[in-house]
Amino acid sequence: MSATTLDTAVSKRVDYSEAENQAALVAVKAHLITGFLVFLLMMLAGAAMRAAQSNMMPVEAGLFYQILTLHGVGVVGTAGIASTGVLWYFLRQYVPLSTKIFWLNFGVFLAGVVIILGSIFIGKYGGGWTFLYPLPGISLGAWSTGAAAAFLLGLLIIGTGFLILYLDMGRAILSQYGNFGRALGLTQLFGKEPVNPYHPATVVAGTMVLIVNFIGIAVGAVVLVMMLVNLYNPEFKPDALLVKNLIYFFGHVFINATIYASVVAVYELLPRYTGRPYKTSKVFYAAWFAIVFMVMAVYPHHLFMDAPMPMWAMITAQVLSYGSGIPVLVVTGYGALMLVYRSGIQWNTASKLLILSMFGWAAGVIPAIIDAMVSVNRVLHNTLWVPGHFHFYLLLGLLPMIFGFTFYLLNGKKEGKTPLTEKLGFYSYLIGGLLLALTFLGSGAHSIPRRWAVHMEEWVPYAQWGTLAATLVVLGVLLFTIRVLTALPKAPEPSV
Amino acid sequence: MQTTVWFITLVGVALLAAVFYYVISNSQTPEDYSSVQQKWYRFRHKWFYFIAIFGIVVTLATLIPFPLPSQDAAYAGEDYQVVDVSGHQWYWTMSTDTVVTGKPVAFYVTGADVNHGFGVYDENLKLVAQVQAMPGYTNKLIHIFDQPGKYRILCLEYCGLAHHAMIAELKVEAAS
Repeated sequence: MSATTLDTAVSKRVDYSEAENQAALVAVKAHLITGFLVFLLMMLAGAAMRAAQSNMMPVEAGLFYQILTLHGVGVVGTAGIASTGVLWYFLRQYVPLSTKIFWLNFGVFLAGVVIILGSIFIGKYGGGWTFLYPLPGISLGAWSTGAAAAFLLGLLIIGTGFLILYLDMGRAILSQYGNFGRALGLTQLFGKEPVNPYHPATVVAGTMVLIVNFIGIAVGAVVLVMMLVNLYNPEFKPDALLVKNLIYFFGHVFINATIYASVVAVYELLPRYTGRPYKTSKVFYAAWFAIVFMVMAVYPHHLFMDAPMPMWAMITAQVLSYGSGIPVLVVTGYGALMLVYRSGIQWNTASKLLILSMFGWAAGVIPAIIDAMVSVNRVLHNTLWVPGHFHFYLLLGLLPMIFGFTFYLLNGKKEGKTPLTEKLGFYSYLIGGLLLALTFLGSGAHSIPRRWAVHMEEWVPYAQWGTLAATLVVLGVLLFTIRVLTALPKAPEPSV
Repeated sequence: MQTTVWFITLVGVALLAAVFYYVISNSQTPEDYSSVQQKWYRFRHKWFYFIAIFGIVVTLATLIPFPLPSQDAAYAGEDYQVVDVSGHQWYWTMSTDTVVTGKPVAFYVTGADVNHGFGVYDENLKLVAQVQAMPGYTNKLIHIFDQPGKYRILCLEYCGLAHHAMIAELKVEAAS
């Protein structure tokens, strides 16, 4: 099936003027370019931490923990804004989205980032991006209450911007589909409407992301306000375990939603490179419907070592953590492989990155669901195994979705010679990312703790391998970024 | 446990990489999609049932009995060696720093100021047991030491600027 036929077969699309489409493209490019620049900086920060742990670069412990905080919050926030760029680009083709509100969220995000940077580099805040209560308020003089408040306020502001954007997405989806159940394909799943294989996967994914992230961010806002109140009124002492639950619910939902938002690039673009349609089905709707609940319910797998957590919550978390890997492995990853198998796919940087994203996501799920078993978590929790699994599916899963989409915008579908910068960038990134994730996992298997500024002598070789891997990743993203900065701003809208 | 988990992960990732390699190496010879769909959708059904059944078996095998001690029970008397532990920025206090092998040790762990992580490491720097140390709660961790030696207590929850320096020693002596 040709790409043109594919496109006309899809549900009706929203008509925008040429000027509106151009304005939207500029806005999406701004999100992606920001993403590349900040990801590059955050990777440099990550490489600096590994170099410090391997004694190759002297970094004072206080500064290390500031960089640690920056790296965590920066990567998560940037993943949020860049993945929103991917989702918004495709979703606006099916539902009428406001470019002004898209920009508004971007502006609010940048304002929040400036406040957070101030809290870290001026206020010396180093309480970790997880801001576990009551650490932000008890630094033993390392940072002030004001610095901690600025960090929390910055997060709150960023969350508010996203909530406004999601309200617009909700309005647009409701105006087109009437209710979220229909947008999710539930009316088809439960037989109230005939199955429409051209119901857009992007609308299903966008609705899921909207529902879970709206709730996740709202919960984040609640806990941030609670902690801000505590900072200035220490008499108000929330329960530490309750706060931890709220933080991990918010954090887990938010970072997971970045992947579920970005995967629309795979649904939308692989058909264009393979000439095969990505049809939705009851299995697809069921998988995404299940994910709505699983993404919100699995977070207690972060709290297995908090022994007072109810046993039922831990058992549920273990079962659902395993279950949440099934839609990834059985529906999305498997479906992508079927599209590619004997398709005559056009291989270029974009399609390579999109397939890499499927591998990284699916492979990263393996150490993740293993660690989500209570008995395993007992000896791996808070070791470097944890950054191992999330670097696996963020570096090799999420980012290649965003990068692949960017190179699609940059190169379109055109075949021909791939620029050397893209080739070198891809292999440097691939090898570096894989080595980095495996080094983290190997370090975790050898019990090396996470978030340690100074490593014991026995652990230094692992950190050295990590530094080498991080350097390759930085090199790959640097080459990508150079290509993106020089070619993306003037790239025309790709023809479908 | 850690070695087994590491091995399973490597094998799982390698198998997945092999599947991707197979598909990518078979990507350039076009075939009609309907025949691909017919064959591989059938296989997907089997794959789904396999991982569903595998998941049920693993779940039952790893959760029965439940691998964490009851937090409601009192671990005291002759049956247990009790160690009260408190995490502070940035040191540990323990009611005793010596226990013996073979008899369960009940660690009663709390955080005096912020969250800490109570991680017990053996002489080879292998993590043998852990639990969180949280303000307002006393978390109970039960561990039986098989080998005598000098164990180290490391902080496994980020707790501020000297988190990495929060190390204490626990002596495990052979039971007489």
